[in-house]
Amino acid sequence: MTDLRVVGSDLLPPADERRHLLSITDLSRADIERLLATARSFAQSQERDNKKLPTLRGRLVLNVFYESSTRTSSSFELAAKRLSADTMTLKAVGSSVDKGESLKDTALTLSAYDPDVIVLRHPEVGAAQFVARVTEARVVNAGDGKHQHPTQALLDLHTMREAFGRLDGLHVAIVGDVAHSRVARSLVQALNLVGASAILIGPPALLPAGLAPTTTDIGAIADADVVYVLRMQQERMQAGANFVPSLREYTERWGITPARIREGQRVMHPGPMNRGVEIDARVADADVSLVVDQVRSGLIVRMAVLYDLLTTGPVAVESAMGVA
Amino acid sequence: MLAGRTGTENIVIRGARLVDPVEGVDATLDVRIDGGVIAQIGEGLDTNEHRIVEAQGSILAPAFVDPHVHLRTPGREDEETISSGTAAAAAGGYCAILAVPNTDPVIDDADTLRGLRARAEQEAQVPVGFMAALTKGQDGSELAELGSLADAGAAAFTDDGRPVSTAGVMRRALQYNAITGRMIAVHCEERSLTKGGHAHAGPVAAELGLGGWPSLGESLMVARDIDLAGDTGQPVHLMHLSARESVDHLRRAHSAGIRASGEATPHHLCLTDEAVRTLDPNVKMNPPLRSAEDRAALIEAVKDGTIAAIATDHAPHSPEEKDVPFEAAPFGVTGLETSFAVLYTQLVEPGLLSLETLLERMSAGPSAIFGLDRPRIAIGASANLALIDLNATWRVKPTAFRSRSSNSWLLGERLRGRVKLTVAAGRVVFEQ
Repeated sequence: MTDLRVVGSDLLPPADERRHLLSITDLSRADIERLLATARSFAQSQERDNKKLPTLRGRLVLNVFYESSTRTSSSFELAAKRLSADTMTLKAVGSSVDKGESLKDTALTLSAYDPDVIVLRHPEVGAAQFVARVTEARVVNAGDGKHQHPTQALLDLHTMREAFGRLDGLHVAIVGDVAHSRVARSLVQALNLVGASAILIGPPALLPAGLAPTTTDIGAIADADVVYVLRMQQERMQAGANFVPSLREYTERWGITPARIREGQRVMHPGPMNRGVEIDARVADADVSLVVDQVRSGLIVRMAVLYDLLTTGPVAVESAMGVA
Repeated sequence: MLAGRTGTENIVIRGARLVDPVEGVDATLDVRIDGGVIAQIGEGLDTNEHRIVEAQGSILAPAFVDPHVHLRTPGREDEETISSGTAAAAAGGYCAILAVPNTDPVIDDADTLRGLRARAEQEAQVPVGFMAALTKGQDGSELAELGSLADAGAAAFTDDGRPVSTAGVMRRALQYNAITGRMIAVHCEERSLTKGGHAHAGPVAAELGLGGWPSLGESLMVARDIDLAGDTGQPVHLMHLSARESVDHLRRAHSAGIRASGEATPHHLCLTDEAVRTLDPNVKMNPPLRSAEDRAALIEAVKDGTIAAIATDHAPHSPEEKDVPFEAAPFGVTGLETSFAVLYTQLVEPGLLSLETLLERMSAGPSAIFGLDRPRIAIGASANLALIDLNATWRVKPTAFRSRSSNSWLLGERLRGRVKLTVAAGRVVFEQ
């Protein structure tokens, strides 16, 4: 199989009236190819002095964040602005959510502004599906509980393709707390769609069965092109949770140190990093690390997602793609 | 044990196919009811100026008995009342239901129980047996006054909604309950294994990122309670079984002569955890929907009688409770008005279960477990009858429920088999 390539009519998104991006499982390989090709063309627009494109002028993108976020919320906001859409970011803290307003009422209230897109992050599985059901907006899932974070998976694919020149046949070791990770779930599915493979590595109780092959042996990262390190969430480590006996023991067994990385491997992390826990600072800051590339990819991939949901014609950036 | 009204209906039901598997009846005959009691069964019966119901093409069966209903009264009358819940039961072909006591307040004292029974005498559409709590406040530590509660009319005892977490308390409950002669029904859940669980611990939950509620969370408690029943020599009833391991335990209990019984719900008999992929809060229940193998084991157990009762676990919830993301939604779905039709459509029509077995498990089976009079088609029996058109198809609509709640997993579904008439304790309580 060749690497992702943009071919004529494959670029046409489905003509449905109202599309969402709720889960990677909603996408086909062709959808992913189209989105990544669009992102690539936007990458070139971001090298110009005037980075703003007029494409979504007059459109409204609402970012609704019920959980804290730096990368995702800032990149969605900037992505909307670079496409000339109006945008507004609503955080749960300081809004009516503090007063006990239900998700339904918040969604209906915001719907009164006729948003074209609602970008939602929420701590509960099914929140994005729910908002898609109760409003007229297109919904982008920016993270629902431990379920899905599809734009993270797409930006990770983009980052890998830029680093390796291909996705087909890449092998990715996902290391750490897979059980509580929406990033891992989305990424495994996305890798499967584009012909790459994944192995899940970590402590036994943090490896769910049925997503991808698993092992507790950190030595298995040796076969991987990419070592994808997950955040160890402090709340999972509270006394009595017993997923692992201690963070110290976790780091000793599964922490990504320079000694565990071999030549030619690249390291990724969705952030925020716990330096010295799941990832050694010397790895995080080394050339093998693609962490900053991931953030950069986040902007253009989210531009591509917004563009894709709000336009129905062919991608209007064909000339830029010829360079690929 | 049942509280409700009795009737003195005079009615002749003409030309229905009578099906009472326990009485060995399967014939197309007329039935005459005099003063609420079946007086005559035969061909071309004299109508005695009774009201005549022409029933050609329908079946007439013993009406159903649901041993597991949440009437939400007292405390959440916005979700269900004695009147609305029993009207829903009547529409589903039931002539009696047992209501569980996890209300607000919990029914754990004789006065509360007497009050509810008095209300049911006035407003219940079908007779209701009120179960009382097994432990005070259903907190699993101190026994409720089982003797006084039984004297006040408790139909059975249960902490449903919660497990009795401590084996020692459960053992004492079984021992002491010998004085009441009522059944103890248990909600089997080992909370240290199910905490944070929203769906069956399996590939679907793993993919959706939902906390797992493992089969072991149920079967471990099933095994414990069966062993305690064996140890004390007292009977125990296992509510809403969902896992094949639980079924295996129950089958072994029966071969060891232990008095344990079980029930299964329509949703566990018809759905698997694949349905959870929709993230529809109306497929979220406790215990959760399980795998295809578990579903097959439940059907097999209903078929061979290991599970002797079908119970709806009818659990009404208000729209604001269920109109939320899946993970935030409470457990529970309604079932009284759709149970026969969905089981007929999804189990009997495809040949997974016979009509006779379904009718038995929905009526005689639960009656026997809880010591209730068995609804039957026989001369001299009180009229407890369901007239059902097996050829009628209908669509489940949220606006058409008698229940105050519409959190059904069947909204929009087309079902075959429609209850046309329900007679409960000699009264016509529902007519289509």
